[in-house]
Amino acid sequence: MKGRGLGVWAALTLVFLHAPLLVLVLFSFNSSRFTVWEGFSFTWYQAALADPQLAEGLLNSIVIAAFASVIATVIGTLAAYGMWKRPATWLAGTLYLSLLTPEIVTGVSLLALFQWTFRYLNLHLGLYTVIAAHVAFSVAYVMIVVSARLRQYDRSLEEAAMDLGATEWSAFRRVTLPYLAPAVAAAALLALVVSFDDYVITSLVAGVDSETLPMVVYAMARRGVSPILNAVSAFVVVVFGALIVASQRLQES
Amino acid sequence: MTLRSWSLLPVRLVATVLLGAPLGIVLVYSLLTRGDYGGVEFPWTAESFTRLLDPLYLGILWRSLWIATSATVICALAGFPLALFIARSGRWRNLWLQLVLLPFWTSFLVRTYAWIFILRDTGLVNTTLLSLGLIHKPLPLLYNDGAVLAGLVYNYLPFFVLPLYATLERLDGALPEAAADLGAPPWRTLWRVTLPLSKPGIVAGSVLVFVPCLGAYLTPDLLGGGKTVMLGNLVQNQFTSARDWPFGAAVSMVVLLVSALLLAAFLRHRTAQELL
Repeated sequence: MKGRGLGVWAALTLVFLHAPLLVLVLFSFNSSRFTVWEGFSFTWYQAALADPQLAEGLLNSIVIAAFASVIATVIGTLAAYGMWKRPATWLAGTLYLSLLTPEIVTGVSLLALFQWTFRYLNLHLGLYTVIAAHVAFSVAYVMIVVSARLRQYDRSLEEAAMDLGATEWSAFRRVTLPYLAPAVAAAALLALVVSFDDYVITSLVAGVDSETLPMVVYAMARRGVSPILNAVSAFVVVVFGALIVASQRLQES
Repeated sequence: MTLRSWSLLPVRLVATVLLGAPLGIVLVYSLLTRGDYGGVEFPWTAESFTRLLDPLYLGILWRSLWIATSATVICALAGFPLALFIARSGRWRNLWLQLVLLPFWTSFLVRTYAWIFILRDTGLVNTTLLSLGLIHKPLPLLYNDGAVLAGLVYNYLPFFVLPLYATLERLDGALPEAAADLGAPPWRTLWRVTLPLSKPGIVAGSVLVFVPCLGAYLTPDLLGGGKTVMLGNLVQNQFTSARDWPFGAAVSMVVLLVSALLLAAFLRHRTAQELL
């Protein structure tokens, strides 16, 4: 009896977690613009594809996510390696703090930094400030994923390579890095998702010419609901899902 | 220079310039005076912090604490049975865990937008109730504290379930069994044995839900309309439309300090060491 009650409760909670996204995706295929099911259609997907603002936002998001994830992956991987050689308590603390800082606080603090810098340099907010901000908050994610793999790495492998005459650098490049490759790829995909998803920090440090997809989606959600937004949401859900599944597969391998 | 020093050079640069310095600037700004055209000016003053004691802002602080606490309690009530169910479900465990995590891996913005789609006047709930003839005009479901709570619980429930599951999974199954063998009814075993033993998971889950809820910005912004203002919205508002950077910086510092203190207390607590 009690076991069944627990099962019912668990099922209801899982419905609560999944129903909102499922109905959103379902209604993205609705032919009516109202929240009443009328029939299956791709109308809103076609409308989304034809929307110039969405296209521009998507392009900006892709450019930003690509640059930010590559830069963050290089920096974060090197960081994990350096801290694996010898712990750096303060540095690790700062990176963990960056994960725990409320996004709005990270956002305004970066805005304050950029505005303060611009008083001395003749620059403006733009794509590059967004990329810098995204690198700042994704480095910690990369470091954590790569560190997890390094924890299972046998130190004697690198030592053996050096005993056989390899320099420290070539031992890293030819022995350690190949071992880390799946984790590095997983971290890069995670950084891509984290960058692609961010609205709060991005909206504060973006310039007029650097509207990202989440910023366009936010503006549309603010103006009221359009079925186009359901189509965009369904697209984002599927892309994110695929990237995360790929990232997890790589981490498990 | 060794390879280690080289490999840490870029991250030290990022940590100093893009993580440390910005927070340092915000701390300095919180102690300066508001400029005539926005921005900041000298002299030094603690006025921004004393302004937080104004009843208007104490109200926002109180409201944020209340909403974050309610969200945590609801996550505990919904999450405990779910975590217990998963921990007891044998070989299906991983499937259920994946199902808890799955919605978490989609965009935060999309997950929040889903609630606008469901709760607004012409949304799924109101349309359905109207067409069934159960109501005659739409219920005001969106743009209130209830909508914000729904969004926060939905977004952060996995943060509660995961650490609690980790605790329950490691729990020695012989203990509840012994209680049952000694004649305790199921609810009593749950209350006197399982619940006390799962305390580390409950504490961890509560901190992991409460802290992000306290600093939440996007959920109250989209689902609360203009009415429900939490601390995160106050920060955003001061840095953008109100252009009072020192005050916005002071609020940021308070949010950051409360979050950091809670997390530090939790990490020092015995329960954290057991979990990590």
